[in-house]
Amino acid sequence: MNRTVLDFWVGLFVVAGIAALLFLALKVGSMNTVGASDSYEVAARFDNIGGLKPRAPIKSAGVVVGRVADIHFDNETYEAVVTLRLDNRYAFPKDTSAAIMTSGLLGEQYVGLEAGGDSRMLKNQDQIFITQSAVVLENLIGRFMYGQAQEGAPQ
Amino acid sequence: MPTTCDWENSVFKRSIENLGNRTLQAVWRIGFAARFFVAVLLHSGTAFRRFGLTIREMYFTGVLSLIIILVSGLFVGMVLGLQGYETLQTYGAEDALGILVALSLVRELGPVVAALLFASRAGSAITAEIGLMKATEQLSAMEMMAVDPIARVVAPRFWAGVISMPLLAALFSAMGIFGGYLVGVQLIGVDEGAFWSQMKSAVDFEQDILNGVIKSVVFGVAITTIALFEGYDAPPTAEGVSGATTRTVVTSSLAVLALDFILTAFMFRGLN
Repeated sequence: MNRTVLDFWVGLFVVAGIAALLFLALKVGSMNTVGASDSYEVAARFDNIGGLKPRAPIKSAGVVVGRVADIHFDNETYEAVVTLRLDNRYAFPKDTSAAIMTSGLLGEQYVGLEAGGDSRMLKNQDQIFITQSAVVLENLIGRFMYGQAQEGAPQ
Repeated sequence: MPTTCDWENSVFKRSIENLGNRTLQAVWRIGFAARFFVAVLLHSGTAFRRFGLTIREMYFTGVLSLIIILVSGLFVGMVLGLQGYETLQTYGAEDALGILVALSLVRELGPVVAALLFASRAGSAITAEIGLMKATEQLSAMEMMAVDPIARVVAPRFWAGVISMPLLAALFSAMGIFGGYLVGVQLIGVDEGAFWSQMKSAVDFEQDILNGVIKSVVFGVAITTIALFEGYDAPPTAEGVSGATTRTVVTSSLAVLALDFILTAFMFRGLN
């Protein structure tokens, strides 16, 4: 086969392959992981994190503003310490509250941030003090049944 | 003495000898394959200095595999769209069809099925070609002319396969996602915006796409090494070459599946 024809087809093949990779990278996938350089980390302590996992989204007003970087257990206070990696573009007041929420009834769990009114902003390695634990379905059902039993009890 | 005489000719002893012989053969073959692999890597200077040789082989391994890869990708994606919709709609989650199609293609089906097709389409051809070159003493003739057959014949084919494999896998995945889109959105009527946006939010570039590319590079190295080695090691007869071709397809398919399990265990364990 002619050398130039061969080169042409191989060149076309390589261009098509790279185009497919670009299509996968740009159209199908996205850079979900916020890099360490353009983000800051704050810690939040929860009594119960439910089913929260590393890399779970952090949302404020429904918009993803960061990802959960790390979760570990503090053996002195018996609390879960969640490291939140927030995008540098978003600054939150010092008295921001964090809650663990569930998207939908059976959906994944995420950390919801509710901005406070403080004029000072959260910085790297700060801590969020106002937190609300995950709602554990079993506890909820238990409380509901306990309440029903009390209501139905004879006066 | 009768007892030693019995032992000398006993079936038991012969079967032990047989086992030992087979084990030694297998170990020798693995060692030879490893030395062959290192020799290919060490002699691959020519494959890059005279890149025309590699381009020529890329035409035969890559470009000629395009049709089967693209058509299979399209159909695999279309079947995924149909089957995924059937299952997801029972949970009212048909909007997640894009996630299902994209993740299964990018993580697993793209690299693995493309590698299996590559092994049977290009791997067998490489083995048959090199085996015949050996049988017709073309390789010996090259050595007589002081041309290193590993550098001139084997290394360009190796690098052509290693470069082609990730490109083919990416094309397979892209084509499959397009097939899933055709069936899911155009035929069944899943919402187009939900299909693409849910896919985009669930597929991560580093965790999913890059790992898929790494997988396909590893498969490319494994398949071309096995194919080249089987061809180079084939007995120089018609029967030997046909046996080597069969062994290439069987061994490289099994190697791809086993490597896929190992790579998946390393890449996706502890993701959540």
